Amino acid sequence: MKTLKNIFQEKKNLLSIFFTAGYPNLNDTTAIISELSKNNVDFIEVGLPYSDPLADGPTIQDSSQVALQNGMNLDIVFDQLKSIKDTNSTPLVLMGYLNQMLKYGEDKFCQACVDCGIETLILPDLPMIEYENHYQQLFKKYGLTNVFLITPHTSEERIRKIDAFTEAFMYVVASSSITGAKGEISKQQIDYFERIKSMNLKSNLIIGFGISDVKTFNTACIYASGAIIGSAFIKHLSIHGTDNIAQFIDPLKS
Amino acid sequence: MTENKNMKSKFQPTKEGYYGQFGGAFIPELLYPNVKELEDNYLQILESSAFQEEYKDLLQHYVGRPSPLYLAKRLSEKYGATIYLKREDLNHTGAHKVNNTIGQILVAKHLGKTKIIAETGAGQHGVATATVCALMNLECVVFMGETDIKRQAPNVARMKMLGAKVVPATSGSKTLKDATNEAIRYWIQHPETYYLIGSVVGPHPYPDMVARLQAVISEEMKVQLKAQTGNENPDTIIACVGGGSNAAGAFYHYLDDEKVELIAVEAAGLGVDSGESAATSQLGEVGVIHGSKTILMQDEYGQITEPYSISAGLDYPGVGPLHAFLHETKRAQFMNATDKEALDAAFELTQLEGIIPALETAHALAVLPKMNLKKDQVVVINLSGRGDKDLETYINHLED
Repeated sequence: MKTLKNIFQEKKNLLSIFFTAGYPNLNDTTAIISELSKNNVDFIEVGLPYSDPLADGPTIQDSSQVALQNGMNLDIVFDQLKSIKDTNSTPLVLMGYLNQMLKYGEDKFCQACVDCGIETLILPDLPMIEYENHYQQLFKKYGLTNVFLITPHTSEERIRKIDAFTEAFMYVVASSSITGAKGEISKQQIDYFERIKSMNLKSNLIIGFGISDVKTFNTACIYASGAIIGSAFIKHLSIHGTDNIAQFIDPLKS
Repeated sequence: MTENKNMKSKFQPTKEGYYGQFGGAFIPELLYPNVKELEDNYLQILESSAFQEEYKDLLQHYVGRPSPLYLAKRLSEKYGATIYLKREDLNHTGAHKVNNTIGQILVAKHLGKTKIIAETGAGQHGVATATVCALMNLECVVFMGETDIKRQAPNVARMKMLGAKVVPATSGSKTLKDATNEAIRYWIQHPETYYLIGSVVGPHPYPDMVARLQAVISEEMKVQLKAQTGNENPDTIIACVGGGSNAAGAFYHYLDDEKVELIAVEAAGLGVDSGESAATSQLGEVGVIHGSKTILMQDEYGQITEPYSISAGLDYPGVGPLHAFLHETKRAQFMNATDKEALDAAFELTQLEGIIPALETAHALAVLPKMNLKKDQVVVINLSGRGDKDLETYINHLED
């Protein structure tokens, strides 16, 4: 597996795809990763389905519920990811909620990530102060890094602090919003992207939330190293299953 | 910031909102500015004379405080103790919830907010929020689980009449937990709104702020007990716990006085081990829910499990961080009552004292037969709400 660091050094206009592990079917995880990889997706966010995903909109909520009904759990998803560790070359990022890690056991969870070749986590309800006080050492011990989010309402001072903490990339939330496709990017959002870009942060920037198609993806790439598409891809899976992934990815990579 | 005189108590949260290992603010970055704004300002606002004056004036003339402390003679006779009822059911809107909404609506005004959102279980907090929004001429949106909308119809009608928009939460178990999720998601998308949380739950500073606003209950109890018994301390205080706001208020000024026995009563639903229960302290483990580290009901993978109780106000898989700490340190004793025990207790109080309690409150009453009470033991039960909203359930029970 390549590291995220390599990817950010080598390429521009990075396309990242998010999907929920266990959706649409329990055992689709590895097939989806392999298809995304084959279609040159630059890195993949694997969502751990959660009962109460506070930061997610209806599409990801529904996919999480289906995945849980399919019987998905952390043991299964870690087993699935471990099984492709040696064959998959596309970096994986794990996205879940803090309670999943707490209950599984913090060390056990981190070790499982290492065993799957995962170096980067996104835990949206792990705030920076808690990370600083309680988790930084733990993550360091396992060579893991956490991705922090910034939003249009994050102060410059706080963005600078997050920048200092950031190792993999800074997740630029495109609007004050939960996840979900919006269709277009407004002038206000462009102003915000420009403001962030002009801050000359040391971190790589990836834009997410509301990025859904070629147009929004290309716009995001002007201001950041790339962008993440989640809900729109989940919608695609809900209609086409895992067979037509190329159809979704091709236009984005052209 | 003014140093509160109670800050030394181990039952007051730290600067980061921790009661022992419980509390904190586990929120997505999207909510950081809102929560930070509140955290930076709430103590200053609550302790300002402008706030105190308006809050106390409204509690007295609008809510009808102080609420009576009533010696329930027939109930006392039946259980062989001296039982007082703190009559929060006589407050305007019918429950203790209004103590908090009056306070928070003033906080929201101080912060310049014009739109209020809230979650509700039984609808008592929703009604209390819609009421203060009408009073202050502020827009109000209340999130309520679809299941609860069906079982608490009178309160839904009240909220609508008061001008609030009631939004059904259709995810998960369609109860209080899901209503709270929806309120938080709406808050993320509408950061200009003020989220008026109804219990001692949520990210810091909400648990502390709501506890302080409900503390008027125990503040009055001290004065009233002193006048009626000569001693401001009872032997025992009993309150029901869902999120835990009425219990927090009834316990607040007694927390440091370990001679006063505190009893928190959770909803056992069909029985603690039946798989259909909301007795969080018995079934829960440490975890994070709605921005707070506390005890919560969850499976082995940290998925939050769906609680069950006949009482919509107690049907919550977590408990406020203060209560998690009271449980862990054994400062409070946690008991529970089943649906049936609560129903029986509601009918008993009605027939002995002519008071129809809310189903939530009935859980607190239901532990009386399980206690080893002594004749001279002074017990205060926080009668957190009235039962008008539960009449349909009570009528069905009568017919069974």
